[in-house]
Amino acid sequence: MSERATFPGKDLIGLESLDAAQICTILDTAEAFKEISERPIKKVPVLRGKTIVNLFFEASTRTRISFEFAEKRLSADTVNIGSTSSSVTKGETLVDTARNLEAMRIDMVVIRHGSSGAAQFLADRIPSNVVNAGDGRHEHPTQGLLDILTIRDHRGRIEGLKVCIIGDVLHSRVARSNIWGLTRLGARVGVCAPRTLLPVAVEELGVEVFDRIEDAMEWADVLNVLRLQFERMQGGFVPSVREYNRLFGVTRERIERTGRDLLILHPGPMNRGVEIDSDVADGPHAVILDQVTNGVAVRMAVLYLLAGGEPERAEAAKREN
Amino acid sequence: MRETGQSTAGPARPLLLRGGRVIDPSTGTDDVLDVLLVDGEVAALGRGTGEPDGAAVRDVTGLIVCPGLIDVHVHLREPGGEHKETIATGARAAAAGGYTAVCAMPNTDPPVDDPAAVGFVRAQGIRAGTARVWPVGAISLGQQGQRLAQIGEMVDAGAVAITDDGRPVSDAGLMRLALSYARTLGIPVASHCEELALSRGGSMNEGVVSTRLGLIGIPNAAEDVMIARDLMLAELTGGRLHVQHVSTRRGVEMIRQAKARGVPVTAEGTPHHFTLTDAAVDGYRTEAKVNPPLRTAADRAAVVQGIADGTLDVIATDHAPHHYDEKEQAFDDAPFGLVGLETALGLCITELVETGVLSMTALIERMSCAPARAFGLPGGTLRPGSPADVTVFDPAVEWTVDASKFLSRSRNTPFAGRRLHGRNRLTIVGGRTAWEAAPAGTTR
Repeated sequence: MSERATFPGKDLIGLESLDAAQICTILDTAEAFKEISERPIKKVPVLRGKTIVNLFFEASTRTRISFEFAEKRLSADTVNIGSTSSSVTKGETLVDTARNLEAMRIDMVVIRHGSSGAAQFLADRIPSNVVNAGDGRHEHPTQGLLDILTIRDHRGRIEGLKVCIIGDVLHSRVARSNIWGLTRLGARVGVCAPRTLLPVAVEELGVEVFDRIEDAMEWADVLNVLRLQFERMQGGFVPSVREYNRLFGVTRERIERTGRDLLILHPGPMNRGVEIDSDVADGPHAVILDQVTNGVAVRMAVLYLLAGGEPERAEAAKREN
Repeated sequence: MRETGQSTAGPARPLLLRGGRVIDPSTGTDDVLDVLLVDGEVAALGRGTGEPDGAAVRDVTGLIVCPGLIDVHVHLREPGGEHKETIATGARAAAAGGYTAVCAMPNTDPPVDDPAAVGFVRAQGIRAGTARVWPVGAISLGQQGQRLAQIGEMVDAGAVAITDDGRPVSDAGLMRLALSYARTLGIPVASHCEELALSRGGSMNEGVVSTRLGLIGIPNAAEDVMIARDLMLAELTGGRLHVQHVSTRRGVEMIRQAKARGVPVTAEGTPHHFTLTDAAVDGYRTEAKVNPPLRTAADRAAVVQGIADGTLDVIATDHAPHHYDEKEQAFDDAPFGLVGLETALGLCITELVETGVLSMTALIERMSCAPARAFGLPGGTLRPGSPADVTVFDPAVEWTVDASKFLSRSRNTPFAGRRLHGRNRLTIVGGRTAWEAAPAGTTR
């Protein structure tokens, strides 16, 4: 049981409730699973016979496909429920959806929902494992984990690094998961955005606030650049895309001016020329596609551990047929 | 003084409450006395009072006897929301909680914005025959915030105040008219102070908890700017303003200052705002979703201080029942509100009296006398000749809140499982027993 104690619990709702050892267990397990995706036959029988429902109340391409690959490569049986096909559009409540899924005796649910707390709500009501694939503005823990894994891959450590999250922290579940995960592992975290896009009392989460991107880039070792959603312009949070790019865009000029080897992450999908310029996104500092690759490994690790897999046995589990 | 508006199906037997500690702040009474109720009125207070022929005698030794508690802010949901509460179930819950009268908010479906609707609420209250139900009318037609409702006709039909509670008046000009017009009629304007442009989309207090949970916050300023506006308008018009459910430290401070310069204003504090903070929302607990939201420890302390010094002269519950299906949703989707009638007295005694914030006398002043004065209601006193509305409670008994035992039709309380001290034992309305606790050792 001591193995389970390193990542206990039925669900993965967020990184806020995890400690450093638990996060490292997931990252180390993900490290072991990376290799599966490099094989010609990308499949191991780790979750054979397990039934997983991907319940996506919000549109998602990258996260849903990443989870689906992770599940299929672990040999789970999967069903996708999208926002348009969902009975929710017919007025079914979340609690009824949960009960119906449970009645079909599923093992795990991966949920994406527009309301903060929806994953917790589901987890509290069904005995299946629940993985939060993003709930409102709350958390997106597998994204946080894959960001951290990518940073660790490239910098060899997390502790002592300075990571600045740039952009719409207010509406971002990715930002919150990054803040919790990185600070748990001993990184210093900064946030940089117009104050209209920062949540109140964000400093109380243990982060430093930068009003000028130049100061943030001078301070940071790693930049995690958030997508500026176009609805935010309609909401009046920033006056215009052009002005946003001028004040807060991650541009090559700004990177060159620091004269430092910054690592650039972006959770995608990118608005090229808004929060990040193309020559940065495609340039030598960016590790954006590594994040996508790591996403599958991280999700495999989370599903494996929640299904009761022991971290020490991840290597052996991969070899079973 | 109004008609008491209560069913009088035959004369009640005279009732003698013997040996209780009578606390009546309106007369400065705090003594072990007998209370004699005859023909729906308080007949006499004294020692060793002999009972008239045919009188029932109740030994209330060790209990506190006080003027009936009055809640000036409840939502009884009828018409239109009978799956949450009806006037009958709400009035029964009120009586169980020790209230002899409640003021029903007009944000029903349809809203109470004309004399017929006021008459309906009043009639349903009389039919229920437990706690008195005083109708409160809407400020604006349909609570649309556009034009004044037929306020004078509603008052003729029995409305005791006006409010657009739940749909606050955004137009300062309309609020000015409402306060002026209400002054003519001698009724208060109760205001749910919320600047919608600052609160829109919010579901809890704005602060570090909302940031952690990823929920849109409602800043204190959303309430403060409207309290400031309404205080200015009360000062301008001379109309009586009643500020509902004050939750912010600046709000308390502004009301304190306004009172000091003579603005005609009364104000409420609620048990949930003086007991809980936004930490109660953690875990996305929809039963703690309420508007105005539970705020920070500093705000909670200011509400407590406001109640202590009388800035918040009235304790009211904002009893807001919701069906469990409605609260069993993602936090954003769940409605605001919690039930309060059956926990208020215990919370007040536990959180205010036992902590030394209020004396028992001051508590009864806030829960009975001040509400009666603020809304011009009969009651709030045991002076001979006044209505025989009496609450008898045990100030010390310890009990655990069990929502499944509520008489309210709804169970949405953040206080389930909480240990409280002090509980109602007997509620008398117009000389009749409206509710009585089962004898010790039995369960109801």
